[in-house]
Amino acid sequence: MSFLDYAPAPESTSILHLKKSYGLFIDGQFVKGHGSPFLTISPSTEERIAEIANANAKDVDTAVAAARRAYDRTWSKLSGADRGKYLFRIARLVQERARELAVAESLDNGKPIKESRDVDVPLVAAWFFYYAGWADKLDYAGLGPNPRALGVAAQVIPWNFPLLMLAWKIAPALAAGNTVVLKPAETTPLTALLFAEILQQADLPAGVVNIITGAGDTGEALVNHPDVNKVAFTGSTAVGRAIAKSVAGTGKKVTLELGGKAANIVFDDAPIDQAVEGIVNGIFFNQGHVCCAGSRLLVQESIHDEVIDRLKTRMSTLRLGDPLDKNTDIGAINSKEQLERIRELSDIGEAEGAERWSAPCEIPAKGFWFAPTIFTNVSTSSRIAREEIFGPVLSVLTFRTPAEAIAKANNTPYGLSAGIWSDKGSKILAVADQLRAGVIWANTFNRFDPASPFGGYKESGYGREGGRHGLAAYLEGGSW
Amino acid sequence: MSRLAVPKTYKLYIGGKFPRSESGRTYEVVSTKGAFLANAALASRKDARDAVVAARGAFAGWSGATAYNRGQVLYRIAELLEGRRDQFIDEVVATEGASRPSATKQVDTAIDAWVWYAGWADKYVQAAGNGNPVSGPYFNLSTPEPTGVVAVVAPQSGGSLLGLVSVLAPVIVSGNTVVVIASESAPLSAITLSEVLATSDVPGGVVNVLTGSPKEIAPWLAGHADVNALDLAGAEALDWVDLQISAADTLKRVLPPVVGIPSPSLDRIVAFTETKTVWHTKSLI
Repeated sequence: MSFLDYAPAPESTSILHLKKSYGLFIDGQFVKGHGSPFLTISPSTEERIAEIANANAKDVDTAVAAARRAYDRTWSKLSGADRGKYLFRIARLVQERARELAVAESLDNGKPIKESRDVDVPLVAAWFFYYAGWADKLDYAGLGPNPRALGVAAQVIPWNFPLLMLAWKIAPALAAGNTVVLKPAETTPLTALLFAEILQQADLPAGVVNIITGAGDTGEALVNHPDVNKVAFTGSTAVGRAIAKSVAGTGKKVTLELGGKAANIVFDDAPIDQAVEGIVNGIFFNQGHVCCAGSRLLVQESIHDEVIDRLKTRMSTLRLGDPLDKNTDIGAINSKEQLERIRELSDIGEAEGAERWSAPCEIPAKGFWFAPTIFTNVSTSSRIAREEIFGPVLSVLTFRTPAEAIAKANNTPYGLSAGIWSDKGSKILAVADQLRAGVIWANTFNRFDPASPFGGYKESGYGREGGRHGLAAYLEGGSW
Repeated sequence: MSRLAVPKTYKLYIGGKFPRSESGRTYEVVSTKGAFLANAALASRKDARDAVVAARGAFAGWSGATAYNRGQVLYRIAELLEGRRDQFIDEVVATEGASRPSATKQVDTAIDAWVWYAGWADKYVQAAGNGNPVSGPYFNLSTPEPTGVVAVVAPQSGGSLLGLVSVLAPVIVSGNTVVVIASESAPLSAITLSEVLATSDVPGGVVNVLTGSPKEIAPWLAGHADVNALDLAGAEALDWVDLQISAADTLKRVLPPVVGIPSPSLDRIVAFTETKTVWHTKSLI
């Protein structure tokens, strides 16, 4: 073995006790769906994991009715303290079953176990723990007197952080006193179904949380259901736009967490080693399947060559492969469709004149994979500088002055996140003031915390998740 | 012999100037008893687009002004309005057929609304923002800041001056710039208010006032890609759901119609802000 070669160290899947097939979780029970079931597969092996029920419009009705019943009869009558206790229970159960959830997540999603184990699942527990404490303190949230729940929340989540997005949605909804119907993504339903088992262990009253699996049409039926009061969606801007249209005039309160094309700005006075780590984390974390990924690197012209050299060296040490291996840095692309989109946009980048460089790594024979890739010489009008690729592909642009960096960073219809790298605090604060983005990371990137609001400007959506702002999104009044 | 009065020509207010509609169109504004009052400008699609350009141009300066400064400018509006109180009362009586006491109450309430909102300029950030105790060595702060260019359909009845002020003040206090469609039937006080704005240190382009048909102009603003938010306060009589659907194309923030005139509220300020969360590493010492 040479330097950087490691013996395989896969996490055992024996911790999982998966069923062959999963039903819909409605009114506290797993029940059959009325649509045609589908398979969830492991994107790293293309092997079947389990058969998943498919909710049709009738099942959506049943789930919403269960949530409404639970809201009217049980959940709205419970004290805030008791709601909080259920959430604390859930947080603890997630911690107890953390490894199992992490393995299931990496299996179903393809993300490296070190991420699911050290980032996703710990944050899931933290999210429930944080919002548990709010449940009996709504009067102190600064949202006016007597804050009231909305009713039934329809929640549709993406495949990039399956369980974490579930936690972002369910924890504040329940703390504020709402009941929930949640639809996980079609390609990553597994951990949501394990979470349903956790809810049974927590003895959460039936119907307070309902989890229905299916594809886009299931989600559409759910958000358009006349008896839901709140719609929360995380996913593509195209679908978010369609939701915004379909709920117009209904009075449903809406939170949309959509796409991004974040600028990661590196100034010539940045701590370069940390910046290179930040660039790598910014775009290659979770295979770049991150709406707030730092997918546009804006590097000051004077240090461009040095940064790119160091970045390539660092990228050459990234280990791509088995998501369950503890040494893996880059896991599998979540689906064939996504892989095709990444390939297509990358080819377009090349055709539009950008220079492509991929880390030299061995691609496994089976499964969906894409080597970490950077494009240099990218023009601001190139599609790879404007469109969200949602994969491990970085577009590099340069700038000379802070004003140019700001103008380029803001030159996008999106506005979810941005990064700034500099050792000069006053410059960081001045630039942060000018960036039109909801989350700004200075000398760090891709940090998430339940206490910290997250969400975008412009076409990256509206509303915030996390913190006091995320609570307000599930209460009457309060435009924030 | 009584003196012959000099009537005013009512025009639009765009980019700090008072142009006629580029379309050359006007419409007759009459009292509630049908008497001729003025020919107001009938704003066109082009006027609406010019107004958006002016509003976008003014955004950097106005949102970049200090909160203390914006507060003083809003207070200055109240001062100048107070100085022209009688003129506004006369205009409200003439255009709305209101009794003098009711017109007086409307104008006084409008003046006080400017004072109330002026005081929020340097406080709404404290009420709607906060530091965040994240689990790690990071400084982390969430603060609201203005959304950008806001298009507003002003209340169409129930008090033309107060209606306009009640939607304008909460939008601009945070640093947004605005394109507002005034009350169609009673647009005169909107243009007279523009004269106040033009002389009270509100930079040109921060407030742009269109008179004319909301039904004609609102769809162009709702669908305009450089408008960030849409306040449909006075759009109840329009096909406002269609406006909201059109606004969804660029994911504009939308406030639905209200019955009557919106009361002063912090919510209306916060509705047109975006929360920005800034993380910064703390070194380990």
